[in-house]
Amino acid sequence: MSPVSYLLQRGTAMLMVPLIITHLAVIIMAVQGGLSAEEILSRTHGSMMWAGFYGLFVFAASIHAGIGMQTILREWTPLGRLASANIGHALIAILWVLGARAIYAVVWA
Amino acid sequence: MTSQERTFQVDIWRGDENGEYQPFEVPERENQTVLDVVTYIQRHLDPALAYRFACRVGVCGSCAMTVNGRPRWTCRTHVSRVVKNGKLTIAPLTNLPVIRDLVTDMTPFFEKWRDARGRFVAGDGPKNELAPVEPESNERAAASEAIECINCGVCYSACDVVSWRDDYLGPAALNRAWAAWNDVRDGDRTGILKAVSQGTGCHTCHTHQSCAEHCPVALNPTFSIAGLKRASLKAKLKGQLR
Repeated sequence: MSPVSYLLQRGTAMLMVPLIITHLAVIIMAVQGGLSAEEILSRTHGSMMWAGFYGLFVFAASIHAGIGMQTILREWTPLGRLASANIGHALIAILWVLGARAIYAVVWA
Repeated sequence: MTSQERTFQVDIWRGDENGEYQPFEVPERENQTVLDVVTYIQRHLDPALAYRFACRVGVCGSCAMTVNGRPRWTCRTHVSRVVKNGKLTIAPLTNLPVIRDLVTDMTPFFEKWRDARGRFVAGDGPKNELAPVEPESNERAAASEAIECINCGVCYSACDVVSWRDDYLGPAALNRAWAAWNDVRDGDRTGILKAVSQGTGCHTCHTHQSCAEHCPVALNPTFSIAGLKRASLKAKLKGQLR
């Protein structure tokens, strides 16, 4: 792992700690409060705060997962450096697109 | 061996990587080390047994083997401490090619010391003057903690990451690089950080601490590697690792 990958991996991990805690807390609060899907969507629609929150989350999670997958592939499969890196980068792109699509759906669609 | 002597079973790895264990009956002795057992077998039971040792007192680092599944320095390991159900299993160190019986090829181990740039590089200072190194300085203290490595290969054999990636520099070479980097007299300290921050260097460590757990002289290569991670990251952010 290069120093840059190392920094991104550790940095995104630290970034995700408060995001995950907030994410889980909001889920539990919403479920406990008995909010329906429509009620939740009415709160998220047009909210730049939630778009920013989950935008940051998707950004951090996709990078973290991509670098982590690259490491796992290098250590646990016969794949070489280039193949592992390509799969890791593809995973970053896939998670980023899927995450962006989900944010679009709950904030703008 | 007389009929009155108490004995115990020792299974010893024979052959190369495709070899197998061979059982021996060895007499029990007081204060017997694992190296004593191997030596007894070679001198009395099978002179063809290949193994490596030199000092017998825990200084040279040449007698490391896998004893009951765990890498150890055999000259300082008492049988009474490691025997399980009256039995001992002795194999060559893992993560290294086996030459024969208990002898491994240490070439990859020492090539990684070279690749981690663990050697001293003289600076441009006056050749006739001693460079001052403050005994109380942070660098000297960090070097002191890492410097007593005996090159036995136990940490390298114990390292999970080495077992997954044979190109990883490993704890011993990186520990040496940390000691070298903390030598303020070195003329190319950035060169060390460049060497250890390649894709197979210090950032590959998972901090499992197997090296620290197994090191016979109680060093902590994980701590050294963490130091290299910090130092190389700082150097990278300052643009020094181009």
